[in-house]
Amino acid sequence: MHTVLSSRSREVVVSIDRPFVIIGERINPTGRKVLAAEMKEGRMDRVRADAIAQVGAGAHMLDINAGVPMADEPALLVAAIKAVCEVTDAPVCIDSSVVEALEAGLSAYQGKALVNSVTAEEERMERILPLVKKHGAAVIGMANDETGISMVPEERLALARRIIERAADYGIPQHDVIIDPIAMTVAADPQAGQITLATMRLIRDELGNNTTCGASNVSFGLPDRPTVNAAFLPVAMYAGLTCAITNPLIPEVRRGVLASDLLLGHDEYAMKWIKAHRAEQAEMSAKAGPTP
Amino acid sequence: MSREEEIRAELFEHTLNGHAPEVKALTEEALALHMDPMDILFKALIPSLEEVGRRFEKGDFFVPEMLIAARAMQGALVILRPLIAETGAKPVGRYVIGTVKGDIHDIGKNLCVIMLEGAGFEVFDLGVNTPPEKFVDAVKTHEPDIVGFSAFLTTTMPMFKANIEALQKAGLRDKVHVAVGGAPVTEEYAKHVGADSYAPDASMATRMAKHLVGDRSGQSQGAQALEQAVMKIDETLRKG
Repeated sequence: MHTVLSSRSREVVVSIDRPFVIIGERINPTGRKVLAAEMKEGRMDRVRADAIAQVGAGAHMLDINAGVPMADEPALLVAAIKAVCEVTDAPVCIDSSVVEALEAGLSAYQGKALVNSVTAEEERMERILPLVKKHGAAVIGMANDETGISMVPEERLALARRIIERAADYGIPQHDVIIDPIAMTVAADPQAGQITLATMRLIRDELGNNTTCGASNVSFGLPDRPTVNAAFLPVAMYAGLTCAITNPLIPEVRRGVLASDLLLGHDEYAMKWIKAHRAEQAEMSAKAGPTP
Repeated sequence: MSREEEIRAELFEHTLNGHAPEVKALTEEALALHMDPMDILFKALIPSLEEVGRRFEKGDFFVPEMLIAARAMQGALVILRPLIAETGAKPVGRYVIGTVKGDIHDIGKNLCVIMLEGAGFEVFDLGVNTPPEKFVDAVKTHEPDIVGFSAFLTTTMPMFKANIEALQKAGLRDKVHVAVGGAPVTEEYAKHVGADSYAPDASMATRMAKHLVGDRSGQSQGAQALEQAVMKIDETLRKG
């Protein structure tokens, strides 16, 4: 199943038979005080710099969140989307829990965006899915409802199915719903990772939809998060994960994804792996300066 | 060192390291030796969990370590609680807590519950997706010292204000301290919605709560004993 996202000039395809798609997570003011303060004042320099850096590090798409407390989130989200589109042609993932912000963001974006996100809560589906349809976008469906997050993979699968069915009612094709099986930290529940992986396998085998998740969640509360994150992605990719919202600026994450693509047969003759290796080497020797 | 002193020290160590079976066995041994349940609680278990909190705040301890320590302590509390209730001793304070309406995130809130119980509070956890009227009912019924609202989303943060207004309407706002927290929440936002306090994490929330009931209840036995325990452990730490 192919989910196609686009900007004005670039197309990205998410599919189990294609290389993994990295959605850069950095443009998000939650927990980033300086970024939050700057965005609130309407200064988008850091947003632009984050966009350039993430795409340079291998992000295929960029998540954009403008959830600054006590600010005009719709206006900020539009400004951030515009800033990102000025400096890169990576398609965007419009990330907000405020419906009005999603609407403003979708209206301002030229291309086919990914909406982050809708849950299986009836009220959310009723408000968000028509917007997704109206703008011809794709949407992330989170496998939880008003009762919370189930720790039973089959129950998450049932919620995924409900979102896909409801999306179809609104005329959104199945391939434009990417399911988030929900990644939670293994710091709070040792079984959390296993449950997420089992859900991914179920969605791949029973529904065939693409899946994504906030991949950095798995390591919350633990030391050396980069290593845990970098280990999670390959096992998740093997379980059917086809894209993830994560941080490509972490070398372990970037390399882990590239190596997994290679091992899963999505990198012919290892050309991408070799190219990335050369680029890193060139960067290192540039940093070291000219040899005497 | 007497066996009683040894037990206190071992309880402290085993709670700190989250060894639930040892903590339970030591608690039972302490009671068999006729040690005072309040003594076990305030001179071993609570100081230990405070140390856990301190290490967590410094970044030396991680979430799973905090969880297993609290779990070990809860094993002891199950045994001690009915005995302490028999003596008529009051909890350090009462705390009503919940994740606000429209929000189902609960890791941070659950950590608060654990740390607060560990600090000797009687905690009423209303769970996730809690509507304002449920908070009002709980404040009415349990008469807590503090009510805590947790929100993880910028969309659900406005529920703080809705909750505070609901308390006002019910005539309860002056009777309870309102604390707020959650990933996107800031000190500034807490003030903006009219909350009384904000804490960035579970450990800090617990410290602030203890400070608050200490101030309020003045001569209460629990608060005093707790203060003494805190002072003692601080002293020990200073001595290295």
